[in-house]
Amino acid sequence: MSTVIGQPVRRREDARLIVGRGQFTDDLKLPGMTYAVIVRSPYAHARIRRIDVSRALAMPGVLAVFTGKDLEGVLGPVPTAWIPPNADLKQTVHRALAVDEVRYAGDGVAMVVAEDRYTARDAAEAVEVEYEPLPAVVDAWAAVQEGAPLVHPDAPGNLALHWTAGSVDQKAFDEAEVVVRQRFVQQRLIPNPMEPRAAVAWYDPGTENLTVWMTSQNPHIHRFLLSGILGIPEHRLRVVAQDVGGGFGSKISCYPDEALVAHAARTLARPVKWVEDRSEHFMATTHGRDHVQEVELAGRKDGTIEALRVKIWANLGAYLSTAAPGVPTILFGLIVNGCYRIPQASTEVYGVFTHTTPVDAYRGAGRPEATYLIERMVDLFADAIGMDPVEVRRKNFVPPDAFPYTNAFGITYDSGNYPLALDKALERVDYGGFRARQAQARQEGRYLGIGFSTYVEMCGLGPSEVAGAVGFQGGLWENATVRVHPSGKIQVMTGASPHGQGEETTFAQIVAEQLGVAMDDIEVVHGDTDRVTMGWGTYGSRTLAVGGSAVAVACQRLIEKGRRIAAHMLEADADDVAFQQGRYQVQGVPGRSVSFQEVALQAHLAWNLPQGVEPGMEATANYNPSNFTFPFGTHVAIVEVDPDSGLVRLERYVAVDDCGTPINPLIIAGQVHGGVVQGVGQALWEGAVYNAEGQLLTGSFLEYAMPKARFFPPIETDSTVTPSPHNPLGVKGVGETGTIAATPAVVNAVMDALKPFNIRHLDMPLTPEKVWRAIHGKGERQ
Amino acid sequence: MIAERFRYLRPKDLDEALAWLAESQGEVRVLAGGHSLLPLMKLRLAAPQTVLDVERVEALRGIRLEGDVLHIGAMTRYHELARDPLVAEYAPLLAMAARTVGDPQVRNRGTVGGSICHADPAADFPAAALAMDAEVELRSRAGKRRLPLREFLLGPLSTALAPNELLAAIHVPLRAGWGAAYEKFPHPASGYAVAGVAALINKEGGAARAVAVAVTGVGPVAYRAAATEEVLTGASLDAARIQDGASQVAEGVEVNADLFASADYRRHLAQVLAARALRAAWGSD
Ligand SMILES: Cc1cc2nc3c(=O)[nH]c(=O)nc-3n(C[C@H](O)[C@H](O)[C@H](O)COP(=O)(O)OP(=O)(O)OC[C@H]3O[C@@H](n4cnc5c(N)ncnc54)[C@H](O)[C@@H]3O)c2cc1C
Repeated sequence: MSTVIGQPVRRREDARLIVGRGQFTDDLKLPGMTYAVIVRSPYAHARIRRIDVSRALAMPGVLAVFTGKDLEGVLGPVPTAWIPPNADLKQTVHRALAVDEVRYAGDGVAMVVAEDRYTARDAAEAVEVEYEPLPAVVDAWAAVQEGAPLVHPDAPGNLALHWTAGSVDQKAFDEAEVVVRQRFVQQRLIPNPMEPRAAVAWYDPGTENLTVWMTSQNPHIHRFLLSGILGIPEHRLRVVAQDVGGGFGSKISCYPDEALVAHAARTLARPVKWVEDRSEHFMATTHGRDHVQEVELAGRKDGTIEALRVKIWANLGAYLSTAAPGVPTILFGLIVNGCYRIPQASTEVYGVFTHTTPVDAYRGAGRPEATYLIERMVDLFADAIGMDPVEVRRKNFVPPDAFPYTNAFGITYDSGNYPLALDKALERVDYGGFRARQAQARQEGRYLGIGFSTYVEMCGLGPSEVAGAVGFQGGLWENATVRVHPSGKIQVMTGASPHGQGEETTFAQIVAEQLGVAMDDIEVVHGDTDRVTMGWGTYGSRTLAVGGSAVAVACQRLIEKGRRIAAHMLEADADDVAFQQGRYQVQGVPGRSVSFQEVALQAHLAWNLPQGVEPGMEATANYNPSNFTFPFGTHVAIVEVDPDSGLVRLERYVAVDDCGTPINPLIIAGQVHGGVVQGVGQALWEGAVYNAEGQLLTGSFLEYAMPKARFFPPIETDSTVTPSPHNPLGVKGVGETGTIAATPAVVNAVMDALKPFNIRHLDMPLTPEKVWRAIHGKGERQ
Repeated sequence: MIAERFRYLRPKDLDEALAWLAESQGEVRVLAGGHSLLPLMKLRLAAPQTVLDVERVEALRGIRLEGDVLHIGAMTRYHELARDPLVAEYAPLLAMAARTVGDPQVRNRGTVGGSICHADPAADFPAAALAMDAEVELRSRAGKRRLPLREFLLGPLSTALAPNELLAAIHVPLRAGWGAAYEKFPHPASGYAVAGVAALINKEGGAARAVAVAVTGVGPVAYRAAATEEVLTGASLDAARIQDGASQVAEGVEVNADLFASADYRRHLAQVLAARALRAAWGSD
């Protein structure tokens, strides 16, 4: 029956993006445009003694210079929007521009606005700031030690939060046959979407309306938060995110910068543009991950895992970014057991302030950090008991007949068939054959390794009631309006805000399928608070599961309305009219039918509608999911390690993913590819490094190693299909699975390759020198 | 990422270029491919008053045989080098190194002259050109001078180029039939050489009659590994001999250390790459 859903339809948005006809924020040209540059602190921690803007202000073409003092009482603080309960969260103040103290290298101290970009940049250099440098702390572990420099006076010990979940009876460890302990460093990553952040703001002094075009993953949330900072009521504020060149979480957050631009536009009554440059992006846009994790696992010699205890120190940076407190707690701590049935588990989280760029959601957000530790622990456990890591996994999987399954933290997994995905992956890589080849290679002094990651992810955020219960200061339902015009052409307004994921295509597929209308007759509209009633945005792999479901529900409402009109037109009873492939058909009377689009015309004309049916053909759905979705799968990496150089070469990568009912396999494959590449990036290359003074040493693409296409073999993707039982499409999220799965798969593979050298664990990234030192027993680099 | 204000000049020929070089006030920088200069300017690490774009200067282009040397114009792009038949015949080592530079965009813009004049300690081309015993041809309004490349490269981002001079071409002796190899360990972020070793061997009657080994990424600027060459010249290069030679590839060099590679590791890497390059150039691989 399915015709459009499930087809590998090419992304319709690509045509405009590929030929350069996208409309990104920086493409916007408004008459009278002015340009802003933000002056940022070069110090990680310093007292601001004095700011002298006179030289900058005197430069021809400079219109204004704002400092923190100018904004006191004018702009509200930048809010935190996730306040986990019972976590003793310290909501320290984050001002739009620092007033007397800067807390990370990149903290804004002034903003210059000028007639052109060049003048603005020169004037920014002419702003004189006198700093008194203070000692800094950059590492979460160091920050909680006695005597560490304080980031905020009102957060003693630099503790931003302390949160616990689950419980483990100490007996489980005391009496365990086997206990495995490991400390993991989950290094800090720097998200790098192709498009850095940008904002254009325009204020109409007549209507007192303010429009902000910006790089946003969630324009309605940004409108809500900006309204608070600016003191402009929401109904006079419009946020537009037209084309956005990726975000990976970094464009969820509400930063000071966009509010500053808006404020400048209001003050000057001129449009103001600000575009972050790449160097600025490295410092001033949120980072991801950054945990120190201590993990203990208790189990039996037969491979049964009995208990898991996790304690982490999560580096949150200098300020609490928008969703930051929820990432290492809710999105991490409730799912550390992964896809395994572990009767007892607990998580304890210390969220720590440091003098570094704020840390927030980055593709996967919490779940990669959780998946990494459990998938590594399973391998270490397998090693300890001399069992094959695949068998340990199989033994502890939540079995297919146990769904819905509630884990030790009270999270209920919707559906799954973990062994099925595992078996498919094993077959593809010819596991037995590989082990033989590996043994042979070792004889020749070549070191091959295989690594597994059997992940499960909690995504499709999420039930609004749960959002409330876990302290997220918003709902997580989604809005969709499907508007059928008199001609039968359709616009779909979604509150999700895709920025590269392809929902202009997938959402059109859903509508085409449901209403039996041609794809070409459907346009998907998103990213504009004036065109879309409400929305919570795109992140947490929620767009299809929640936003797509809203679209499907709205379509169902239209079908029902249309059925009554069609029945009236066909002089039949509504119960006798079936809707199939775009036509209302009187059952049993071939030839007596009318198309959906014809019905829509009649609905608009309203010349002859059945009693009680209103004119027009538009339906809105506010879909509130009843649960998260739990995509899962098995990823397998095969690597070869060169013992002479320590270089890890990825030989093969197989991803078997189950994201429920596939809407568009081409887009799914694309999401998996991109995700895997990012996940491997963390395993092998990426990592932010600060020196002791808080200077970011990896502040450009010269040092920060983003994965390159040439580092990869072709990625092999495959799937199993276990629909989610609780949303109308049966879909699960797939935007983050690759990132979540890939990192431990690759690290496990490298550790497998290094077995002959008795290396138990190396922290990421597995750079050549680190591997080489380990192989040759040279100890860590000093 | 906005450069400071500068004056932009685009001479139509060499005379005009040399005249402007001689007459311009303040710092003048020649703009070739721009792939090193422009990033520096945008980061405001360089702020020349004048940028002299030599894109249109015909005299800086072309690859041709001149007697017993190959003349390679300073504005020759990596991409041109990589597919030129004369280079393939007489100086394949240069093409090998050129192919490892950056990505296609960089190879379509970056030039021989830019790479040499920039003297980046981790650049690929200088190592290959050094191993080839290249000479540089420098031009100013006062005239022309030639210098062995090894005397031209002074240190990191430092050369013997005078303020009013430009590099017109390099001249490389013909090495048809010599074994050649360039082994590079690219930095995963920048793509530059963490270490790179160029090897050239003239094999005659089972012995290495001449051996040239040049190294980049390891020291302050690309250099010839004299100790290695000495061990190998005249010998038959069996595995042990190659190992012996390779082990001395960073002899007497103060080895670079950075975030990605310590000095110890980098020295080791240079030795590994040297052995690989020598084996390939000798033909034992
Ligand atoms: C993304 C990227 C990756 C790269 N990867 C590599 C790599 O893997 N390996 C590598 O070796 N390089 C790499 N490079 C550098 C690249 O090779 C540069 O192009 C090269 O170093 C400089 O050549 P250019 O023609 O671009 O010179 P320009 O940038 O134009 O000039 C560089 C310097 O040389 C001077 N100059 C140029 N031509 C002359 C001349 N004829 N006479 C006098 N002075 C002159 C300029 O004034 C300037 O000071 C990379 C660059 C980028 C952007």
